Amino acid sequence: MSMFGDKLQAMLVIARRDFVAVVFSKTFIFFLIGPIFPVLVGGLAGSIGGKVQENVDRPTIGLAMSADDSRALLAARDELQGRVPGFIPDIVVLQDVKPGEEFDARAALANGDTPVSAVVEGTLDAPLMTAPRERARQWVGIVSNLAARAKSATPTAYPEVAVAEVATSVAKVKTGQIFTAQGSQVVLFLLTMLLAGMVLSNLVEEKANKIIEVLAAAIPMDAMFMGKLFAMLAVSLVGIAVWGGVGGAIVLAGGRALPVMSVPAVGWPLFLTLGFLYFTMAYLLMGSLFLSIGGMATTVREVQTLSMPVSMFQLMVFFFSSYALSSPGTWVEWASIIFPVSSPYAMLARAAQDPQVWPHLAALGWQGLWVIVIVRSGAQLFRRTVMKSGPATGSRSVWARVFKRAKAY
Amino acid sequence: MTGNAVDLTGVELAIEARGLVKRFDGFTAVDGVDISVPKGAIYGILGPNGAGKTTTLRMLLGIIDPDQGYRRVLGAERPTDVARRIGYLPEERGLYPAMKAYEAIGFLAALRGMSLKEGRRKGREMLEAHGLGYAADRQIRQMSKGMAQTVQLLGTLVHEPDLVVLDEPFSGLDALNQGKLERMIRDLAAKGTTVIFSTHVIAHAERLCDQVAIIAGGKVPFVGPVDLARDRLRPQVRLETRAQEGAWRAALPADARHEGSFWHFTLPETGVEPLLRALIEGDAGILSLSIERAGLHDAFVAIAGEAAAKALEESPGDAK
Repeated sequence: MSMFGDKLQAMLVIARRDFVAVVFSKTFIFFLIGPIFPVLVGGLAGSIGGKVQENVDRPTIGLAMSADDSRALLAARDELQGRVPGFIPDIVVLQDVKPGEEFDARAALANGDTPVSAVVEGTLDAPLMTAPRERARQWVGIVSNLAARAKSATPTAYPEVAVAEVATSVAKVKTGQIFTAQGSQVVLFLLTMLLAGMVLSNLVEEKANKIIEVLAAAIPMDAMFMGKLFAMLAVSLVGIAVWGGVGGAIVLAGGRALPVMSVPAVGWPLFLTLGFLYFTMAYLLMGSLFLSIGGMATTVREVQTLSMPVSMFQLMVFFFSSYALSSPGTWVEWASIIFPVSSPYAMLARAAQDPQVWPHLAALGWQGLWVIVIVRSGAQLFRRTVMKSGPATGSRSVWARVFKRAKAY
Repeated sequence: MTGNAVDLTGVELAIEARGLVKRFDGFTAVDGVDISVPKGAIYGILGPNGAGKTTTLRMLLGIIDPDQGYRRVLGAERPTDVARRIGYLPEERGLYPAMKAYEAIGFLAALRGMSLKEGRRKGREMLEAHGLGYAADRQIRQMSKGMAQTVQLLGTLVHEPDLVVLDEPFSGLDALNQGKLERMIRDLAAKGTTVIFSTHVIAHAERLCDQVAIIAGGKVPFVGPVDLARDRLRPQVRLETRAQEGAWRAALPADARHEGSFWHFTLPETGVEPLLRALIEGDAGILSLSIERAGLHDAFVAIAGEAAAKALEESPGDAK
């Protein structure tokens, strides 16, 4: 087998061991259920949802019809809710329109005070929906169904819904995409902060069990680092899958959709794919850094001491990326894209706002390169400073080992 | 160091190291070590704690790189390139406590390139063969220290390495298991496996090794067969006489010490015959006379010095 093949095999042996050791341990269940409680509590309190809803496109239809028609439509919606599969948007009455009275639907949509995504006017026999193309296409059937049911409990005919499309303004699209970018950065940050810190203590077990020397003699140190890193990434993805699954199930069970964020510039499928890839890269970058730092620690106490500065570092990276988001096209944005650990955050935000795809390929390559550089440097540092005998090696501090300045004691 | 006391020209070597130096923060742990281990040999590195044994082995294994010097292990200049042909039992034993015995052996096998499945299968077989079949499904944390140590040793050998490196393999083992380990080492060598081990227990080196490197203070003052180390010292004479005084005493060597009715001295260069003649002619009344070859311990004292020998005796662990 080639040298690369040997390394890959060694990496998989370590990754498999670590993955099995974590996922099949009793404590893993606490890892899985831990984050669900604050999300549930936060969701119930409405604080998270309320915050998000301030800035996103609401799935709500506004009515500007006669008072009777509006009442009938509202009743039809309430009746259908829960009886038909799928999502039925909220309906609010914008104005009771008297015969001969005019209503400016376009102005209502543009007005931030009336947060609706579509306006229905006319009559139950001939409804007119004013909405952006996407929304119109999505809701025309629902409006027809509601109008038919508003007229009769057992409808035999469904009215034709006339559509007046409005183009969402460029400014609104941009604003929405900035919100999408910010939201995705926050999610990426939370996940990395929550999960990458685990890597910090990853080598303490091997040192405590004295198995580190067997590993060091048997396989290349960078293969061991990579194996540990990918094992923890896999553990994290299991966690995300479970949390995502539970969250999705709760939303579906509630029969309501989450507030819809603005469509990112690259489109949702690619954006979600990039989100996954950038999470992977952010995790590997932060993780490799933490693994290298944690590898210098000899005790759990030292790891605990290191946790706080490490969290602060993550916060600084996040703030830097967030600041860069508000300064598009400046050196700050470029710096956040080039600086390896902030690059995934900056590029995910870019994916929300810029439709170009090739920069992401370049960025992923750049970030991957840095993962390799950090892992190799960390492995060499570990080998040089930790894997040695001689006086007082075991009791020296992390910094003494790295910088060789502290006296042996 | 040191020249090797044996001419190894034409001998195929499993390990060849020249002028290995390792410093840690200004402290020279190993200072110019030369080692040549013939293929299939049992080779001992003998020295007290802190002498540089572990550091030397770590350099030979590629765990750390020497600051100076050259090493070639199983034909490779980078030992890590041939890691799959090496088995290593470190001084500080360690396994994952949650693993079962057969899993631990399988894991160590997989680290050396075997498939996990095959490693586990062989693990069960080896445990069975060594009387630990009943504990194959037991977690390491549930085992005694000796049992866990045996599991690790089996994990060191599971992939049938060409070279086995054992760092203080006898420490922590009771006499019975030390005997078993000695037999195991001899069996490995009989099958052509090269075994190199470090020890501070002279008796093990004396019983097992084809060659030893005596190490003290990071230097290796002697490398060669155990017999050659002993031959560095002249045999010791123990003489018991009926008479205590007489002209015959002038024939005793200058280093003769008198203890009770016994005289102890180094066999003179001229041999024992002139002395015997003087004793008989002087009517000393010879009650007993024995000529003893120097033991490895005496050789160690002579080669490494009193201080190193004292450190060797004070090294914690087993009976010397």
